[in-house]
Amino acid sequence: MIVELIDYLRDRLPTVIRCCYALLASLVVIDIFVDKHHAHTWIEHYPGFWSLFGFVACVAIIIISKWFGHQGIMTREDYYDD
Amino acid sequence: MMTETWIHPSLILICGALLLPFFKGMARRTFLILVPTLTFLNCYAFSPEGMWGAVQFLDWQLIFGRIDRLSQVFAYIMSLMCIIGTLYGLHVEDDLQHIAAWLYVAGSLGVIYAGDFVVLFLFWELMAFSSVFLVWFRNRKGSLATGFRYLLVHTAGGLILLAGIMLRFKETGGDISFVHLDVTNPSLYTYLIMAGFMLNAAVPPLHSWLPDAYGEATVTGAVFMCAFTTKTAIYALARGLAGMHILVPFGVVMALYGVVYAVLENDCRRLLAWHIISQVGYMVAGVGIGSELAINGACAHAFAHILYKGLLFMGCGSVLQMTGKSKFTELGGLYKKMPMTFVFTLIGGLSISAFPLFSGFVSKSMIVTAGFEDHIYWAGFLLMLASAGTFLHTGLKVPYFIWFGKNNCSKETWDKATDPPWNMQAAMLIGAFLCILIGSYTPYLYNMLPFPVEYHPYTAYHLSETMQILLFTAFGFFLLLKRLAPEPKISLDLDWFYRFGGRGFVWLASKPLQFIDTCVGEAYRVVGLYGLMTVSAFWSWFDWHGIDGVVDGVANSVRSFGGVVRRAQSGQLQYSIFWAATIAACLLITFAFS
Repeated sequence: MIVELIDYLRDRLPTVIRCCYALLASLVVIDIFVDKHHAHTWIEHYPGFWSLFGFVACVAIIIISKWFGHQGIMTREDYYDD
Repeated sequence: MMTETWIHPSLILICGALLLPFFKGMARRTFLILVPTLTFLNCYAFSPEGMWGAVQFLDWQLIFGRIDRLSQVFAYIMSLMCIIGTLYGLHVEDDLQHIAAWLYVAGSLGVIYAGDFVVLFLFWELMAFSSVFLVWFRNRKGSLATGFRYLLVHTAGGLILLAGIMLRFKETGGDISFVHLDVTNPSLYTYLIMAGFMLNAAVPPLHSWLPDAYGEATVTGAVFMCAFTTKTAIYALARGLAGMHILVPFGVVMALYGVVYAVLENDCRRLLAWHIISQVGYMVAGVGIGSELAINGACAHAFAHILYKGLLFMGCGSVLQMTGKSKFTELGGLYKKMPMTFVFTLIGGLSISAFPLFSGFVSKSMIVTAGFEDHIYWAGFLLMLASAGTFLHTGLKVPYFIWFGKNNCSKETWDKATDPPWNMQAAMLIGAFLCILIGSYTPYLYNMLPFPVEYHPYTAYHLSETMQILLFTAFGFFLLLKRLAPEPKISLDLDWFYRFGGRGFVWLASKPLQFIDTCVGEAYRVVGLYGLMTVSAFWSWFDWHGIDGVVDGVANSVRSFGGVVRRAQSGQLQYSIFWAATIAACLLITFAFS
């Protein structure tokens, strides 16, 4: 059943992707109307702040980590073997 | 004090471990489930709050059972995880693996219930010396060396802790009680005790042992290891050093350090190990903040973490068990072959990522909120950054590159891949159920926490904030998917220093020291030979005429005794340690009973 569901979604990948984009956009739109009195800092009051934060965080983590790894930190698998 | 009415749960596990070899077949399987279940029931139902198990030893009053809300929440989850872990490993025929795991859990429960530093230290060492077998039993080429590294690092950590305990003993005039230390005026012993705890919590720079050992442990061994050592250390930190502000930056660095190395990691279990460091970072920061909300958060997150991390290790362990592979570059596209394992691992991934309705959502946010409420904004934002990294790896990278993505499986791997045996699936089912229960029904966890909870995770703002971070992280993941493609590499870390330091020592011993030894030997041969020959001529005469008869008799006896000793010991250090640990456990029981 799980496999059929996954295959069903994979067969309709363009539609699934369009739905995901719509979901992302709706998150930002909903955020405009969300009660923000739980927010701790002024910057969180901007609508969609956490969307931008999440996206930038993800990109920054990938790029900085990969850059760091390619400075000699990543090495061949038998490095410690005699 | 009615010490006789409380049975130490570690005692049940130690006795169970010693009796296990006497059971066979169906009785053995029943026994394997019965012992951890009894331990759990004992922790849950038969451990009333108070001080139990007081033993007079020399001048000290040792307390084996300090039971309060803080120790209870940890004991509950540790003993529960022992049931899940044992069920997961039910198919393992090797008794020694179960014995090592149970002694390890016994050590953890012993630390949690310890009322003083002497008892704490005793069980602290039991944990290290029993868990190392979970690495050795993997029996791969590198397992022995990995185990010894693990043991050496933990021995060093134990010695630092012991030094702190002894200094405190001297400074306070004989106080061994394990209570909250003075964190506003810390002295040297406070820092030493903290460092000892920090090593077990894998706080950088004392962390490299964790991915090293957990990536190498046996499939079932890793499920135990991921739960107990670091979270027992969190308990010890929360008990002794709550409000020690220096722990906040350490915790935040930890949370990010694990994330960076997880990007580079190619082995799925090592990736999960890096995320233990990251997640334990939240708890360390929570302990450092020290407010009631933060300590509740650290405990809640430890509780949730044990379950979802156990679930993730069970999922990736199932893949390793069935296919023999754990590297992303040798896996991929397995959803058709292992769908149930995929669903369970995904639930673990969503829980660690703090998706609404999953366990991390109600626990992690307590710590972050506590940071914001204490106006430590930089810590709050950096922990949010790390949580994006968590979803990126554990929620997306692990499921994607094992069950989807490019199929890197060899034909053999593909043919072997299938969902694991029933017991492994049952253990994952229980883990997955509890992850969802904690996330969906908050009173279950919140009512167990040490302080009353006034925190409400399901506010519109928190939901909106979390969903935005997570789904935009997912957006970034799919945009940069090519850059994240796994590479068949390892990443150098701080263990480089002691691994090469060890080699330097071997070089020093085998080259310069050996050279000096050879020179001395040569000088002795040249200079001393003449004198030696003369002396030996005399002794030869004396020996021939006088002593031979006596010596021959003695020599024969010594030789036969030597033969017996030689057969008794195999020369492998791990067996010696195993017997020593077993004898120590027996002594412990005798001691506790007496």
